Amino acid sequence: QQNPTQRCFLFVLVLPPFLAFFLVILLLLLRLPNHHHFDVLWCSRRRLMSPPLEHDYIGLSEVPSAAVGGGEEGALNLKATELRLGLPGSVSPDRKDKVGLTLELLPRGFVSGAKRGFSDAIDGVGKWSFASGESGSEVELGKGGGLFSPRGEAVAGASGGQLSGQGTGGKDAAAKAAGQERKAAAQVGSSVGNDRAMAPAAKAQVVGWPPIRSYRKNTMAPNPSKNKDDADGKQGLGCLYVKVSMDGAPYLRKVDLKIYKNYKELSSALEKMFSCFTIGQCGSHGIPGKDGLSESRLMDLLNGSEYVLTYEDKDGDWMLVGDVPWEMFTDSCKRLRIMKGSDAIGLGKYDPVKVLCYIS
Amino acid sequence: MTYFPEEVVEHIFDFVGSHRDRNTVSTVCKAWYQVERLSRRTVFVGNCYAIGPERVMARFPGIKSLSVKGKPHFADFNLVPYDWGGFALPWIVAAARLCPGLEELRLKRMVVTDDGLELLARSFPNFKSLVLISCEGFSTDGLATIATYCRGLRELDLQENEVEDHGCQWLSFFPDSCTSLVSLNFGCLKGEVNGGALERLVARCPNLRSLKLSPAVSVESLNKILARASHLVDLGTGSFAVDHRTDVYHMLMNSFPKFKSLRNLSGFWDASPCCLRAVYPVCTSLTVLNLSYAPAIQGDDLIKIICLCFKLQKLWVLDSIGDKGLAVVASTCKELQELRVFPCDIYGAGTTSVTEEGLLAVSSGCPKLNSLLYFCYQMTNAALITIAKNCPHFTRFRLCILDPGKPDPVTDQPLDEGFGAIVRSCKNLRRLSLSGRLTDQVFLYIGMYAERLEMLSIAFAGDSDKGMIYVLNGCKNLRKLEIRDCPFGDIALLKNVAKYETMRSLWMSSCDITLGGCKALAAKMPRLNVEIINENEETYEFEENLSDLHKLEKIYVYRTVAGPRNDAPDFVWTL
Repeated sequence: QQNPTQRCFLFVLVLPPFLAFFLVILLLLLRLPNHHHFDVLWCSRRRLMSPPLEHDYIGLSEVPSAAVGGGEEGALNLKATELRLGLPGSVSPDRKDKVGLTLELLPRGFVSGAKRGFSDAIDGVGKWSFASGESGSEVELGKGGGLFSPRGEAVAGASGGQLSGQGTGGKDAAAKAAGQERKAAAQVGSSVGNDRAMAPAAKAQVVGWPPIRSYRKNTMAPNPSKNKDDADGKQGLGCLYVKVSMDGAPYLRKVDLKIYKNYKELSSALEKMFSCFTIGQCGSHGIPGKDGLSESRLMDLLNGSEYVLTYEDKDGDWMLVGDVPWEMFTDSCKRLRIMKGSDAIGLGKYDPVKVLCYIS
Repeated sequence: MTYFPEEVVEHIFDFVGSHRDRNTVSTVCKAWYQVERLSRRTVFVGNCYAIGPERVMARFPGIKSLSVKGKPHFADFNLVPYDWGGFALPWIVAAARLCPGLEELRLKRMVVTDDGLELLARSFPNFKSLVLISCEGFSTDGLATIATYCRGLRELDLQENEVEDHGCQWLSFFPDSCTSLVSLNFGCLKGEVNGGALERLVARCPNLRSLKLSPAVSVESLNKILARASHLVDLGTGSFAVDHRTDVYHMLMNSFPKFKSLRNLSGFWDASPCCLRAVYPVCTSLTVLNLSYAPAIQGDDLIKIICLCFKLQKLWVLDSIGDKGLAVVASTCKELQELRVFPCDIYGAGTTSVTEEGLLAVSSGCPKLNSLLYFCYQMTNAALITIAKNCPHFTRFRLCILDPGKPDPVTDQPLDEGFGAIVRSCKNLRRLSLSGRLTDQVFLYIGMYAERLEMLSIAFAGDSDKGMIYVLNGCKNLRKLEIRDCPFGDIALLKNVAKYETMRSLWMSSCDITLGGCKALAAKMPRLNVEIINENEETYEFEENLSDLHKLEKIYVYRTVAGPRNDAPDFVWTL
């Protein structure tokens, strides 16, 4: 007689805590934006075992609720962004542990390698880029490097699709939100298209794209200027493409200097173009949209000691950007180079304050 | 069959033309292998590093024609560093030693030097034909040695090469006794041309059927040449820009009607619309027209000329033709088999003027269309599905939407269904290039339906490793796979390693392949060369320190029986 009641008693006493425990776990899982945390832990563990998979971060959510729920993640990623702009070795150790990945400490200034390493290490890349103000970042998407904007929209769309496969709670909300995002992105995309019809956007050039034989490119290149009289001025009279290289970036970009009116516009366009390298993200897979978030940070850092904008003038000398009036600059600039601050010392008068004045 | 004397077997093998069939025949038995190898006259080597030249020459001592390809296809788009390799000299040296009867050499994407050309010119007394496509490393001096020493040269065809200009005198090196030229193409030369020497050469070669001039050849020169070469079938004009008020222009207008046999027209460098009128008389018999180097010709003028070309089979134009012009093509050129539309505006700063409408029109108007290269600004799934229905005979389908990763603008969907329809409908599809927003789904379709596919080019597509895995598990005839900027990683790379031995090559750049993945691949498949191309100077000093997790920018994997190559530059590591 004793035992059953005792058992019942035990049952009554023991079960609720277990239930409560499971409920708490469940709640945690549900509440967290689309299983972020779960995925983070799972992914980071996987990363220890096997090489990192790109789709991890695409699988992670970029749904608006992420911004709300992942408050701490958001902050974490801000920090991630900020720190990543430094040299690879300067990553804070506590964050490394959190992610559970041993970062190889690459030798100085190897940003392009770091870009890969970091994108794995900081699996918050995906989160961060979309966790930030969605609509805001998408507008930037549209205006930013042409390469990345469609990809970003596309990623948003795709991950929205994938998302519905994952996770239990908030599935419909997620899909809906993703759909909305996609729509917004598409609208931006089409508006970009319209803009393009009116005036050339600041398009970044990717090596080898579009896939036209270099023979054809070289043969046709001088022609646009001859063409301008016949055509509707698609190219415009002044189309002044100059190459922009960044120390450590794996490939060059081209910008049309004629579409900017002053140093500030040029510098913000360049930041957008090259932020993907400094952020350590794989530029080719296009996670854009960080512009809205990081621009202010980038400006701070670019104007600080990290990177300096220099150009090669008609005489072949390398000068600091910002010394001469804008028109004189566009006339004489042959190519641009984003140098590390340390390399720029000795390049004329290296004065961070002066650079700051002109650029910011 | 083994009871037949060898001469009979050999005679039977003469009817076995294709390389693949001959390769198969040679594996039947030792006797057949011997007969086949001694009677083989043409050899095609798709990858110059897959086998050593001596081995080829030793096996086939009787070859008369050799074709070799060097750099991977993406070298055309500057993705392969300049001095990666692909040297022609070892092949010329081996052939000079072991196959002196060589008559024809075709090289594509290789580095050819002047020394190589000189050796070539001096070593083969019966040499008849030299074709160089997208090669580099030589100058007009090398051409001069070819001209001097190749008696009986019939064909000198230089397509899109980078040739260093050391003067225009190379044409005068053709001796007066040289009367055998049938085909001369030097359209890719950038320097001056000795007009007089050219005219004399054309005059003394009565068999000349194909002549493609470089942009430096003026219209005056062209007039004189045309006066002497009325049997031309294939003409590439030089600079086609002349003032319509001059005598030269009038002469030009009068030259063309004489060409009864002209079928191919190309060149038109810097052509102006008024000069184009000169070719109207020959348009009705043209089968090939290439206006893709004439950016000054606008849509309306193009339409005027295309209206007349109702026998056209191959058309290369710039996108200034517009959708309207393509509609004219659709209604006029019912025999059209190949269409290439290139962008005028290469840096994409403006809009292209062709969209899916143009291609739709062509597909419905030209049922024989089988080869397409189309650069456009946008494409829709609906259009692709209709195109697939209209033209089930595509063998080559290359679509480039200039904005990478751009979805269907109407539905905002990825273009999976559109390309899926293409591969499902076009059973003979051998070559496919994808663009636009694409998920793993399109690769599932390709793996399932594209059975004859031999070459696949992918850029900015896919979501996960599954995409690449679908392709590698399907597509049993796949020979070349080239991927750039896709999220495919080691899992995809290592999933089906046996597949790579059935393929010629795999190129992956800006994907998620790590050093560890490549090491694993190289360890599992010793008969593959796994090349890592690393252009960042900072890393290869520290190569020992690179961990297996280090992501690789470019890899090139190809099957080979020759082992790791010994001419690789510093930045190429073969694992």
